[in-house]
Order: sequence, then C-alpha cells, then structure tokens
Amino acid sequence: MAEGRVVGIDLGTTNSLVAYMQGEAPVVIPGVDGSNLVPSVVALDPIPADGSRPTVTVGNSARRVLIETPERVIYSVKRLMGRGLSEVQSELKFFPFQLADDVQEGEVPRIQLGELRFTPPEISAYILRQLKRNAERFFGAPVTQAVITVPAYFNDAQRQATKDAGRMAGLQVLRLVNEPTAAALAYGLDRAKEGTIAVYDLGGGTFDISILKLRDGIFEVQSTNGDTHLGGDDIDNLLLTIALDEIHAEHGVDLRKHPGAVQAVRKAAIEAKIRLSTEAAAQFDIELPNGDRYQREIPRAVFEQLIEPILERTAGPCKQAIADAGITPAQIDEVVMVGGSTRIPAVRQLVDDLFHLSARGKKPHINLNPDEVVALGAAVQADILAGTSKSTEEMLLLDVTPLSLGIEALGGTVARIIQRNSTIPASATEHFTTGVDGQTNVAIHVVQGERELAADCRSLARFDLKGIPPMSAGLPRIEVRFLIDADGILQVSAREQRSGKAAQIEVKPTYGLTDEQVESMILESFDHAEEDFAARLLIEARNEAETILSAVERAPRSPAWAHLTNDERTAIGLARDYLIKAKKTEDSAAIREATLILDHATRRFAELMMEAAVTAAIRGKTMDAAGEELGDELTAPHPMAPAEFK
Amino acid sequence: MLKILDSAVPVACWSCSVAHNDATLFCPHCSKIQPPPGGDFFSVFGLKPCLNLDLMGLEHEFHRLSRKLHPDRFARSGEHEREWSLADTALLNDAYRTLKDPIHRTEYLLKLHGAEIGEEHAGKDRRGQVDTSRVPADLLEEVFDLNMQLEEMRMARKIGEEDPALQVSLEQAKRKFDGLLDEVDDELRAEWKKWDEGDAGVRSGAQKTMVALLDRRRYLSNLVRDVTETLGA
Repeated sequence: MAEGRVVGIDLGTTNSLVAYMQGEAPVVIPGVDGSNLVPSVVALDPIPADGSRPTVTVGNSARRVLIETPERVIYSVKRLMGRGLSEVQSELKFFPFQLADDVQEGEVPRIQLGELRFTPPEISAYILRQLKRNAERFFGAPVTQAVITVPAYFNDAQRQATKDAGRMAGLQVLRLVNEPTAAALAYGLDRAKEGTIAVYDLGGGTFDISILKLRDGIFEVQSTNGDTHLGGDDIDNLLLTIALDEIHAEHGVDLRKHPGAVQAVRKAAIEAKIRLSTEAAAQFDIELPNGDRYQREIPRAVFEQLIEPILERTAGPCKQAIADAGITPAQIDEVVMVGGSTRIPAVRQLVDDLFHLSARGKKPHINLNPDEVVALGAAVQADILAGTSKSTEEMLLLDVTPLSLGIEALGGTVARIIQRNSTIPASATEHFTTGVDGQTNVAIHVVQGERELAADCRSLARFDLKGIPPMSAGLPRIEVRFLIDADGILQVSAREQRSGKAAQIEVKPTYGLTDEQVESMILESFDHAEEDFAARLLIEARNEAETILSAVERAPRSPAWAHLTNDERTAIGLARDYLIKAKKTEDSAAIREATLILDHATRRFAELMMEAAVTAAIRGKTMDAAGEELGDELTAPHPMAPAEFK
Repeated sequence: MLKILDSAVPVACWSCSVAHNDATLFCPHCSKIQPPPGGDFFSVFGLKPCLNLDLMGLEHEFHRLSRKLHPDRFARSGEHEREWSLADTALLNDAYRTLKDPIHRTEYLLKLHGAEIGEEHAGKDRRGQVDTSRVPADLLEEVFDLNMQLEEMRMARKIGEEDPALQVSLEQAKRKFDGLLDEVDDELRAEWKKWDEGDAGVRSGAQKTMVALLDRRRYLSNLVRDVTETLGA
C-alpha cells in the first residue's frame, strides 16, 4: 500500500484519543506515559533564555502546570472552536484564560497564552500534533491521514475550524465524523446488529443525541439533535461556583482573585463529582489562606438536585430527535451511552425515563467504555475510508446534517433550502436575479438554524456573486448550487445561465480563517518530517528522556521526596540508571521504553507534588515561593501525573 | 452528427472511452463512476416516473447505490472521481429524500410535467398572513372562526390567562382539520392510480386534480401547524 495508515481521532473537550484498526478490532494508541487519554490541555513553556519561541506542551504535563501558572495554560478549547467574538467572551467567564487585547469584531478571536496569542484552531492543532506523534511513535512510521470526530450538532463554522486544525497539525483530514455516529460504528462492529438505536452522548462540553437504523452493515442516521454547550463542564462550574461562594460568605475569603486557587478548587469539584457516581456522598476539605478549613459534605441526593436543571436540558433534544425520526420511544431497541458524564447515575435514570426503558424490561447500554468508544468508532471509519480491510468493507455510514440550511430572503426571513436531518451529501439549487438595471453583483447571505428570522439563525457566510453581465433588472438568471459534503461542510458554486458564464464567488465565512491564514499557521515541525523520520523519532525520544532525567535529578530537593519509601527511592534510582544507559544507544524504541519505566517509577512522587501544589495554590503562596518549596519539577514538560482523576 | 435515440445524450466514458447514454451513474463497460447524469430523480433508481412506489424496493436500491457511490468509497481516489462521487451521492440522496415522501414525490412528479406548485409558498407562508383568496371556498367560514379563536388564545396566553373552553374548542378544530387532511391524502392516492395507469387524457385530468388537492393540503397543514403551535405554546 502506497499510503500510510489512516488513524481515527477523538478530539474531545476534556480528553483526546487516537485509535487505529488492528486487524478486526479498533485499538486506542497509548501516549508516551502509557495512558490512552491525552488531556486536551495545552501549556506554553516559559520563554527560553535565548529568547527563542517557547515550546508548547500537551496533555498531563500541561494539566499539571494549570494550578501553578494558569495564565499559560488553556483547556476545553473545543468550546471556543468556530465561535465569534461575543460568544467567546461569554464563554470565557468560566475560564481563567483571556482574549488577546487587540481582538477585533469579525476576526477569529485569539487567546492570550503567556506572551503569545493563539486562535482556537491553533490550540487544537497542538493537541492533534501530539496525537499524531503518539501514533507515529507507536507505528514507527509517519501518519498523515486521519478521521476526526466532531459533535453531531456542530455547525459549519465549528466543523471548518476542526478541519483547519487538522491541516495545521500536518494531517489530511479524510473525513469529519459525528461523535454519536462513530460510537454507533464501534457498537455495531462486532455483532450483526439490526434495528433502531439511539446514541446518547454527554461529554465534557457537548451533548448529542442521534437515532440510527442499522441494517445489513448500513448505519443510516435518521435524526440528530443536541446542544454544543452542555456537558460535564457545566456540572464542574456549578460545583465550583457554590464552593467559591460559600468560602466567600462563610470565611470572608474571595478565592476568585487567585486563578491558581480557583483551579485547585475546580480540581476538588471534579473529584467530588466523580466520587458521587459511585459513592453516597463526597467531601470538600480545603485549607484556606487564613488557616480556616472549608469543609462540606455533598450527599448524592443534594448533588442530583443541583444538577437536575443541567441534565433536564438533554430531554428536549431527545424528544425532538425522536419526533424527527418519525418514531416513538417504544420503537428504539437500544440506547447506547457515550461520554464520561453518562457515568452519573442520575443521567442513566433520566435516559431510562425518556426512552421508557425499564417499562420495556430494558436498560441503557453502558457496556462500552464511554471515554474510548468515539475514538474506536473513528478508527472503524478510518478503516472504511482506507478501503483495505475485509472487516469493514460491508460497512457504510449514512449521516445527516444537524441543522437546516437557508438563505436570507426579503424582509429578513429565512427561505430553507436544505432541511435538517437530510442525508449528506445533500444539495439544493436556487436561482437569483438582479434588482437594478446593470447590476453586476448579487449578495447572498447563508444561515444555519431552525428559526424563522435570519437574525435568529447562525450566520454562516455571505457570498458575493460577481461578474454578472450587465443586463436589465430581473433578466440575469444566476443558478447557485449549495452542496453539503460528507463532512457536513457547505460548498457553493454558481453560474449565470443566460450568458453561460460561471459567476465568480467570493466566500466570506462569518466566522473562520481564510485559506492563507490557515496556511500561515501550519505548525513548523511536521514539514520535512518524512525523509528523516527515524532521526526525528530518535531526537524526540532523547528529548523526552532528557526531560524526565533532569526532573528526577532535582527531585531530592523537593519536600515530597521525603515522603517516599526507601524502596520507592531505590526503584527510581534503578530506572534512572537504566534510562541513562538506554539514552546512549541509537534505539529510539528502547529509549522510550526506559523513559516509560522511569515515568511509572516516579508516578507516586508526581502525585505527592501535585497535592502539594494544590494546597499551596489555595493557601495563596506566591508562585515563586511555591516553586521553591516544590522544586521546578512542576514545569517539567513530561507527564508525571496520572491521566485520570481517580 | 450523433443520432439521439433517447432523451439521454451519448457520452464517452472518461476512463474507457466507450460511449454510453448520460443517464447512467456507472460506465456499463468498465463500471467506473461517471459524472452526475442528466436524468430525473426517478431515473437515478432506474424507474419511470410513477406515483405508487414500492418503498421497500426503493430503500433497498438506495442502499445498494450508496454502497457503490458514497464518498467513503473514494476517499483515496483521484480528484475527479472524488468530485463525481460527491455529486452523484448528493443526487442520489436528494432523489431518495424526494421520492420516499409521498407528498414530495407527487409535487416533484407534477413539476416534472410542467405544473406550478407551491413555488410562491416556499419559506414565505408565515403565521398571521392568511391569504383569504387562497382559502378553499368550503372552509371559508370555519377558517375565519378558527383564526379568531387562535388570536384570542394568543392574547389570553400573553396576559397569562387560561381559557379552558377555548382550549377544548381549538382541540376540536384541530381534530376536524386533521381529519380533512387524511381525506385529502386518500383522494391523492386515488389520483396516483389514475395517473400511473391512465392514458394521456386521464393523466392530464388527474394532474389538475392533484394540483388542486396539493394546494388544499398545504393550506390545511399550515392551519394544523398553527393550531398545534398555539396549543403547545
């Protein structure tokens, strides 16, 4: 095969994963730290002493510096993808990061990260590059083609932004696949499933519901609905707000003034949320700067009451999707649960009620790993596209467009040209004419959404049909073809029928980067990759080894070191010596393996440091003081913290 | 000069150069995908225009063609084949969406035969803009009453009042108009049979009747939608 493998990528709000088809089963490719999940967190390292461009780290190491230097870290960037300035502004209320101060209305908003500014697609590109590298390490060969998943309810701008990010990361995006549909592919792969299923996907930041008909290997989406603004993040923010308010009211301490402290409380809130999925109650116990303790027990019943309004917001989209599919809940054979938030018992109960499951002797399908199933489905779709494998050759996914496409008509109303839930690719042809004698331009405003007025829909693009031959008003007949492609992205072409001239179209997306902008943002490193791929792998492996070795070198100066047992310290010493030896060879695989061993040996040490950092942040120690106490390890660009909050 | 036998124009396959008529999605000689054919939605499925369709068969054919045409099958093909796969699949999907729905199918077929249907309605039929000139004569009085009641209901809602009597009356009206819609659908189906099986004269009569029925149907369904929205608000 001339071309390399196609990987499947789940670019998530909280975590991202890369997977591929190993024979007949999709498999997640672990990162250098052995973890399947790469936290979707990006950090900018300090500017090097020589003033060169600072490196960017992704994943666990980036997440660790979040508490120390929140102004250099960004997470949940997926919530900002393809959004305009005012939307990003309202979104940022809940996040520690800030807009660049020179952002203008109408351009893609940039986020200030340390000294530099990045658009959301650039941040996502760093995450994608990390996943690409993980896959390349795993295969020992370049990876250039990928399938990337997006929420089904993503609009055109959000999809385009995701594709742009892929291009910046050096990936040819063969297809954008909707997350719930990807999950359905993974679900239906190993069984000859027939029937109608619903996929309920409540992730970190987005909610999707899709209803599919499975028959003879064809996965035909009947309807989809959702909310690109609803997920586990909302629950975290709710708990965080309550804790911060209570601390302020009861102890007179306003932690909101300290971004690091806010992040530490946020971490505690997430941990409490996760514990409440399996335990009857969770505790907050936080030591405050004035020496007080904020202690609070949250019983599960109280938690469920608090989050009910959030969960209830998933009910409307579910009902609409069922109605749009033209069926009743009783006709749905199974409800597949996807996304980390579906671990919450109250979510499962809500789904049970919405789809009348218990009443029919059924239960929500929770057997798939909710964190991994989307990536696994993306790998299945990647395999279908590669077209080289027997196990998927009979499979085909027929997806739909989640939102109606319309054009603004006279009086600001919307003339719908492609209805929501139409199977894609879908097209529509419309005719336009001029209103004034000799007019050579016609402006067209394309919107996406279900509302009757264009102003209430999402502006997608404004097109200018240019070069119309001058004629009397109403005489030119310009045929414009709108086509939604298999990625759910709009393409437009036009021609003037009387003169037969192809009208020139100038596409100005309402929210988005131009081709030139994307080109200029392509991440430098992947370029000349292929000719010296082996050399690059070796350099990367040695760099990673060097990073962890220097962190271990400094470790004994950290107070956390004293808390380790003698055996743990001996194990670290042995792993360090082993890596030093391996690093001298030319064998990148051996160096990586030794790096991984040392990483495992230092895991508890990393946890101890993390705890110390959280305490320090809440107690309001200055960053420098905390840094001194902890050593510099916290900024070491190597993942030494566990991948999941457990 | 080429002699045109069918409405379809013979063209040479881009790959094997053997000529075929342009209403085909694949070259009959080398099986390669072709640019979008010029025929109508029925010909995509190898059907002659007709109104009574075997929907199971249509779905089966839709799936069979999707497997062969879908862009997923051409992800690593050349630029032209990728482009044609996209255009052909869009055509297939547009055709299937139109033909599987009885009303869309009828409208489409009648338009193919030169009828002007509902064009001026597209996207413009809005609540509160009931055009009395279009109200079917036999319904004039009832529609007038209904609109009064709808207006009353909206006003009551606005000031937060409930009017149970009005509610009941509107629900009755909705049931009545739903029933009328069903009647129209039955009448339409009877005309389908005439159109499919009749000669040119019968067809043209059926065509006129169907255009009128579709007008009535559109009017009724807008009315039902308004009542449903008002009741549900």
